[in-house]
Amino acid sequence: MHSTHSPSQIHLPQTTEPRNPGMALDLDWVMRATANRSAIERRAATLPGRRSVKKDFQAAWLCRAISCIDLTTLAGDDTAGRVGRLCAKARQPVRADLLDALGMGGLTVGAVCVYHDMIAPAVTALEGSGIPVAAVSTGFPAGLSPFHLRVAEIGESVTAGAAEIDIVISRRHVLTGNWQALYDETRAFRAACGEAHVKAILATGELGTLQNVARASLVCMMAGADFIKTSTGKESVNATLPVSLVMIRAIRDYHDATGYRVGYKPAGGISKAKDALNYLALIKEELGDRWLRPDLFRFGASSLLGDIERQLEHHVTGAYSAGWRHAMA
Amino acid sequence: MTIKDIFQSMDYGTAPESAGDALAWLVDQGDRFGHFIDGAFTEPGDGFESRNPATGEVLALLTQATPADVEAAVSAARRAQPKWARLGGAGRARFLYALARLLQKHARLFAVLETLDNGKPIRESRDIDVPLAARHFYYHAGMAQLMAAELPGREALGVCGQVIPWNFPLLMLAWKVAPAIAMGNTVVLKPAEYTSLTAMLFADICRQAGLPKGVVNIVTGDGHVGEMIVKADVDKVAFTGSTEVGRKIRAATAGSGKALTLELGGKSPYIVFEDADIDSAVEGLVDAIWFNQGQVCCAGSRLIVQEGIAERFHAKLRARMDKLRIGDPLDKSIDVGAIVDPSQLARIQALVDGNTEGEVYRTPCTLPNQGCYYAPTLITGLHPASHLMQEEIFGPVLCATTFRTPGEAVEIANNTRYGLAASVWSENINVALDIAPKLAAGVVWVNGTNMFDAAAGFGGVRESGFGREGGWEGLQAYTRPAGKPKPLKPVMPFKGDTVEPQAVDRTAKLYIGGKQVRPDGGYARAIHNRNGTLIGQAPIANRKDVRNAVEAAQGGRGWAAATAHLRAQILYYIAENLAARKDEFAVTLNRMTGTRSGDKEVDASVDRLFTYAAWADKFDGQVRSVPIRGAALAMREPCGVIGAFCPDDAPLLGLVSVMAPAIAMGNRVVLVASEPFPLAATDFYQVLDTSDLPGGVVNILTGSHADLAPALASHMNVESVWSFSSTDLSAVIEKAAAGNLKRTWVNDGAARDWFGAEGEGRPFLEAATEVKTVWIPYGA
Repeated sequence: MHSTHSPSQIHLPQTTEPRNPGMALDLDWVMRATANRSAIERRAATLPGRRSVKKDFQAAWLCRAISCIDLTTLAGDDTAGRVGRLCAKARQPVRADLLDALGMGGLTVGAVCVYHDMIAPAVTALEGSGIPVAAVSTGFPAGLSPFHLRVAEIGESVTAGAAEIDIVISRRHVLTGNWQALYDETRAFRAACGEAHVKAILATGELGTLQNVARASLVCMMAGADFIKTSTGKESVNATLPVSLVMIRAIRDYHDATGYRVGYKPAGGISKAKDALNYLALIKEELGDRWLRPDLFRFGASSLLGDIERQLEHHVTGAYSAGWRHAMA
Repeated sequence: MTIKDIFQSMDYGTAPESAGDALAWLVDQGDRFGHFIDGAFTEPGDGFESRNPATGEVLALLTQATPADVEAAVSAARRAQPKWARLGGAGRARFLYALARLLQKHARLFAVLETLDNGKPIRESRDIDVPLAARHFYYHAGMAQLMAAELPGREALGVCGQVIPWNFPLLMLAWKVAPAIAMGNTVVLKPAEYTSLTAMLFADICRQAGLPKGVVNIVTGDGHVGEMIVKADVDKVAFTGSTEVGRKIRAATAGSGKALTLELGGKSPYIVFEDADIDSAVEGLVDAIWFNQGQVCCAGSRLIVQEGIAERFHAKLRARMDKLRIGDPLDKSIDVGAIVDPSQLARIQALVDGNTEGEVYRTPCTLPNQGCYYAPTLITGLHPASHLMQEEIFGPVLCATTFRTPGEAVEIANNTRYGLAASVWSENINVALDIAPKLAAGVVWVNGTNMFDAAAGFGGVRESGFGREGGWEGLQAYTRPAGKPKPLKPVMPFKGDTVEPQAVDRTAKLYIGGKQVRPDGGYARAIHNRNGTLIGQAPIANRKDVRNAVEAAQGGRGWAAATAHLRAQILYYIAENLAARKDEFAVTLNRMTGTRSGDKEVDASVDRLFTYAAWADKFDGQVRSVPIRGAALAMREPCGVIGAFCPDDAPLLGLVSVMAPAIAMGNRVVLVASEPFPLAATDFYQVLDTSDLPGGVVNILTGSHADLAPALASHMNVESVWSFSSTDLSAVIEKAAAGNLKRTWVNDGAARDWFGAEGEGRPFLEAATEVKTVWIPYGA
């Protein structure tokens, strides 16, 4: 684990919150979960009109968003060099002069997220930064490789130095209502992770209904997920505000019932600073301020940071920015 | 605070919308306003201050209209009206379209001005009030365009006097003005004294749109000005506001012949079943009772939760309340703004402080030092008997109770004088769609709340008023059948003293609850023919017979649930049985009226029964094109119990003509037969008796129309009263109807040709039904 990072850096889950140990599968609770799509969409649609963050507050919130980004590359052509560049950006996500002007020197992203084979270069590149490496696993993104290989993959990644494992659930268990199978699978993944934290990717774009999203969220938390995450980024529909609302309401219920806080990670499709502000407001409204920290909230995003950088430069200078003025990831 | 501090605290800070442009507009107008009459602003006169309730600051000075001002406005409207109507629907549509466009072009100015004047959050005025107002003008531009083709035989009423409230100043203006001018009427509108500024801005855009002078006139002032408009030479009064004032207007316009629509108070239930999406139902309450500070006539102010989930629901609700942000209405992150006026704040405080029951929870917040604010409040553990469960608070105060079964939920929900709106939350389509039609409300939202659209009718039942705004049904309130009606001459009974013996004496009785009963008073009136010969006696019903008949009619409510097919079958059967006795009825009719039209009248009566048997399963509701994923059903529901004074001039046909449409639609009726010629009605109940009609569906009284009218029209358990009597009852009925604000349909002394086209058809069916709008958003 990341014993090297300074105590002041509080974005590692294990430093502040007791981990969710999970609980026995409570099917009554799972089956009680409902999600009224129209009402949820109305809430999601009106939220951006109900909360507005301006000026210094906006700048601070955008810095908070950066601190919660899992800076991600999940491409077939990833190389050590490409990952090194990403990690450099993770350490210095915003131009130093801008961070100084904002009084936010030392700001880093929440984590770097890569495929298994890129863990080692990432760990090397991030050494001393305190930034954890997250690895997607378990036959990402489809999760249809042999079960024992998916479990073994987790072990390999943890050994390679991943502090966080983003597992994918078997969508077929949700689509066929086999909640026990989903629970057992997630339990096994959790066990395989050991000290590494588990982010359970629901692939919500493939679950068909919001009710399935609500139920799968509960089952994964009962099985001991530290985070629940919307998407692999490879589905045709990734993170949305309605899906997020369903998932964080499940997190809220789980906390009310067990006292354990489970984290939330929307991933895919979040590319604008304004989107990030909406997500943060949604979390603040529905879950509360405690969740506005990288140990309980992450953005899975690759292009979001660029837009935030431009907004921050605009905040500092008053002039609209350009992409080439900011370092590429 | 540094950015680093905020990075830690993650506070929202403030996000104020600039008031600069709106304040500059006020300055440009001199901070003083006259009235808008005949296309121009009058010189400002003596009046009153319009204040920003969030700060107490004076925004502008408004003029209190004098009788001369009102008269000038009405005259201008009167002068403009014929030409405006003659312009034609297509011509008027261009102006409505322009008004819609101009509302959009000046959207932010309208929104900011509305928030300054009213205290509602800028989010609401910007995202709800102004877009809905524009939508109303677009929609009714379409209605103007289609009027000639789709509303044949209908014409404008003339001049409409419109008095609107302060809770949605611009939106209520749009709801009133758009349908009125679309149909070729001209208007004199009075905004509420607290909130007249957006009406003044609207007057300004009327000029920008080039609207002909006098089509829209706006006068400002307090309730006295409203009274002047009600009494003025207008053809229609439309009012949105309190039930108390609505009642006064009903009484004041009684017998005047002025058309009237009232959109009044409410105490709308918000029912949550145990299988609901609880988080969404909790969130819905934010839009139900904390929307516009709860100053919404259709606010979901009575929370009715199934017992098993009540504790969890209330806990979640309290947690949600903790997140509400109260404060500067111009701040874009504010959920609850300012109460419109200190007097309203005091009223809310007095009502809540006077309550000693239940458990009170308030959003923990610091209210601004100045301005009119009230913290969102939840009172759980109340009961239907609690004062606060019955009284409209008109503030951000939610009153809660529980229920055990769907049936009990409906009972509690309907245990109120009001009937404006209702919400039902359940994920079970069987539960939701069963409950929605059973609720006494003009609008029902399934898994939602406070949804509005120009295409969907809005309005209430019971003491929430009558008439609909929006949709096709809304146009009924601004049109009438074309043509000038002929006056109805009183039809007098024949007098006489000659007697001719009958083979066997017959005793005509009253018909109540499916039984022939003697009149409570034990009196009968002698009935003579044209020659003065005694031909029988008819019972004289009194107020106790009215009471008994209404009770029987209420007992027959199962009729409303009978299938339309069954109602049609029974109407056909009545026709069949009447036809079988045609000769006998014809003789009676001829003998009573001294004419030879008996055969014709019986034939026409049989035909009419066939007509409404035909209609019984064909007067359909509609699915409205509202901008949601879902359906908005405009359902035709029976009014309930209809009391009807039947025409004197067509003793059988007249009775059948009012009875048949009413019962075809599922109503129960108390019919007061032709006063001079009652003996066809007392024979007719024998036809009913043999036609499988359930007891209580049709009740027939005979006697003096003038004597029975006050009792029937004031009866609190009667939903509607019609009069086609040749006795002039219109004023009496409309005045007495003010008690429970029942619907009325009176002839205002005008004749109707019962044998012709105007003796049947849609007007009867429309009077016999209420349109209930059921919003059903859906999504798998």
